[in-house]
Amino acid sequence: MGLIQNIADDGLGGVEHNFVTARIEDLVKWARSRSSWGASFGLACCAIEMMGTGASHYDISRFGMEVFRASPRQADIMIVAGRVSQKMAPVLRQVYDQMMEPKWVISMGVCASSGGMFNNYAIVQGVDQIVPVDVYAPGCPPTPETLIHAIETLHQLIEDGEIMRRRSATGAGAGIELSAETSTTAPVSLGSK
Amino acid sequence: MSTIISAGTNEGGQELRSRSELSAKELFREVGAVLRLSEAEAAKLAEVQTEAPEDQTMIINMGPQHPSTHGVLRLMLELQGETVLRCKPIIGYLHTGMEKTGESLTYMQGGTNVTRMDYLSPLNNELVFSLAVEKLLGIDGEIPERAVWMRMLLSELNRMSSHLLFLATNGMDIGAVSMMLYGWREREEVLRFFQKVTGLRMNHNFIRPGGLAADLPAGWRDDVLEILENLPSRLEEYDILMTGQPIWRDRLQGVGAITAREAMALGATGPILRSTGVPWDLRREMPYLRYDDVEFDVIVGQHGDAYDRYAIRFNEIRESMRIVYQILDRMPSGDYRIQNKKVTPPPRARIDESMEALIHHFKIFTEGFKVPEGEVYVAIESPRGEIGCYIVSDGSSTPYRMHMRAPSFVNIQALPHMMRGGLVADAVAVISSVDPVLGEVDR
Amino acid sequence: MSDAVETTVETVETLHGCPVVSSRGQRVVLVARENYVATVKALLADGYDMCVDLTGVDYLGMPTRSVGAGIQPERFEVVVNLLSLTLRDRLRLRVQVPESDAQLPSLFDVHPGTEAHERETYDMFGITFTGHPDMTRILMPEDWDGHPLRKDYDQGSIPVQFKGSHS
Repeated sequence: MGLIQNIADDGLGGVEHNFVTARIEDLVKWARSRSSWGASFGLACCAIEMMGTGASHYDISRFGMEVFRASPRQADIMIVAGRVSQKMAPVLRQVYDQMMEPKWVISMGVCASSGGMFNNYAIVQGVDQIVPVDVYAPGCPPTPETLIHAIETLHQLIEDGEIMRRRSATGAGAGIELSAETSTTAPVSLGSK
Repeated sequence: MSTIISAGTNEGGQELRSRSELSAKELFREVGAVLRLSEAEAAKLAEVQTEAPEDQTMIINMGPQHPSTHGVLRLMLELQGETVLRCKPIIGYLHTGMEKTGESLTYMQGGTNVTRMDYLSPLNNELVFSLAVEKLLGIDGEIPERAVWMRMLLSELNRMSSHLLFLATNGMDIGAVSMMLYGWREREEVLRFFQKVTGLRMNHNFIRPGGLAADLPAGWRDDVLEILENLPSRLEEYDILMTGQPIWRDRLQGVGAITAREAMALGATGPILRSTGVPWDLRREMPYLRYDDVEFDVIVGQHGDAYDRYAIRFNEIRESMRIVYQILDRMPSGDYRIQNKKVTPPPRARIDESMEALIHHFKIFTEGFKVPEGEVYVAIESPRGEIGCYIVSDGSSTPYRMHMRAPSFVNIQALPHMMRGGLVADAVAVISSVDPVLGEVDR
Repeated sequence: MSDAVETTVETVETLHGCPVVSSRGQRVVLVARENYVATVKALLADGYDMCVDLTGVDYLGMPTRSVGAGIQPERFEVVVNLLSLTLRDRLRLRVQVPESDAQLPSLFDVHPGTEAHERETYDMFGITFTGHPDMTRILMPEDWDGHPLRKDYDQGSIPVQFKGSHS
């Protein structure tokens, strides 16, 4: 490979042999981590901070993530931003199932991660009971800085991980059984006396 | 814990059903008829039933995971072509059990709970909760002047940040995406001030029963002045960008119109009620804090449409700035919380020297303080309307029942009415103009 | 604490035949279940033109509380907050609802804006509102068991799995 004399004049065209060699796995991981699009799964307070992260001051597009897709089919990362109620849990799982592999989940905020201060009948105590979580962002709500840190952590995970890791290990998802809804199915009952 | 989750979003009877299954009354509600109508008006509304045969209409589902439903609002719409015939909001996807959790938190801790309801105006939530607790304690007249004015300052700045966020999301929903970035930029400056004062950008738990958690930091006046000086020129920019712009006007004018009588029947408050021409603002009509000492105008609309609601919020930012200027001039010195041993923890310095103070401090934060038996309802004007707090005390240190009257919860009842006969593309503009915060709708 | 806090529940006036008590300076009308809708209608005619709030309270833990003049306390109570824009006044109605027959006529015809509140009260307390167009759950999933804000319904805390935690 020749030395680039003046890239401003010629761009990469000035390079004599302008190709790069790498392992395909590295290239795939590099490409995945640099353009991971988020599914906009805003639920509560954290969604506001997530949108704040996307706005001009924090500028999430520096990480190739400014495209929040409304359709889960086009998204790679689901940022679960906020408390997940028992009523929302099936919806969340459905949106997750609609996402294409490879997919990752960031659990943003303590409510999504563990139920947070709402340890009660209505809130799912940790979204990891429904979908597999890759990165937990702490805080109530996490500041945009925390979210950016979580995103960078995830990018590192994507670059370090194996490209087919989850699919080969578990089939898909968290291994949570989905059952068809019948009239006799008991609701998720939490401690009614 | 093994959880069985059935995929799908079937909510049974909560959903919009076909017209043949409904009673006339239920149908009226879904086509958006406000009862208390004259018979002629009711007959006119019933035409929907005969106009469109059911096999020519389509029921579509919008949400709970939809980018323009402001969170997890779910709407089911019956459409004939592009026209909305019926609409039913389905809520509860963010139900957090806050009223139940509130029963196990002490009055001192209660603020952490309520501040997470309307997460765009957390300080107003804390304010109404604190005012209710103070009324129960009977100390509502003894709050130091500085605390009262500080509360007003924070409440008004919060109103500004909330309305700026409305401008941002409203712009995004209508298609003025650059407004989204601008609104957020301005809001960020207010949030930075909040962070300096309270330590947090959102969910502050700063206004507490008895006063506030801390005094204003040094240099706060300059920070506020900076916000106030930057904002007017930017608001003018938005005026050019949106208010006078023909596309913006066409998208909003005449969309989602509602009359004063209907708004009142539906219990709608805040900018929705004011957009219909009713000059009802609790800051003016039933003053709390020291709102009777400051000058400001209540912005009133005329047509009750989405454009009026936009313009009202836009100008309320300017009115809030006017109030904040007056607060800056008149901010008294003194205590930022009541000096009442029962409610106020001892100052930090006293804890080092006195064992009693240490015990007292510990007890206030672990056991809380007891509140005499009784029940009160206190309401203030939040950016979205009347936010009320109903507390029943049984004499212990936790509320026996804590209920929040959330303005968004009531306001979204007006959605079917505003949408009837409109286009499905306008549905987004209508939701946006109501500016619901789902955290508060579902609590 | 100031000594001004009232503890008595004495009737200060009557309004449409219902006793009115004062709670921290706020006027509270104690309505019997039979006169409930009629009273709200009469108050609407008096100018209380908005119903801003309707909610329930479960007094399971306070069975012997004194409500006021000759009113038999029951387990449930429905609390209605009325607002008058013309009089600039608020009025609160408290209706006793017995556990054995937990139902109340709906205010939907008088104040359509109570529709969501009544559904919420049904969802959270199991108080049925007769004449309501759509008495379904509003916040909880359709197939949920029980009514969460009742006092005998557990908060549903899941024990946190580390030592020394209180919940």
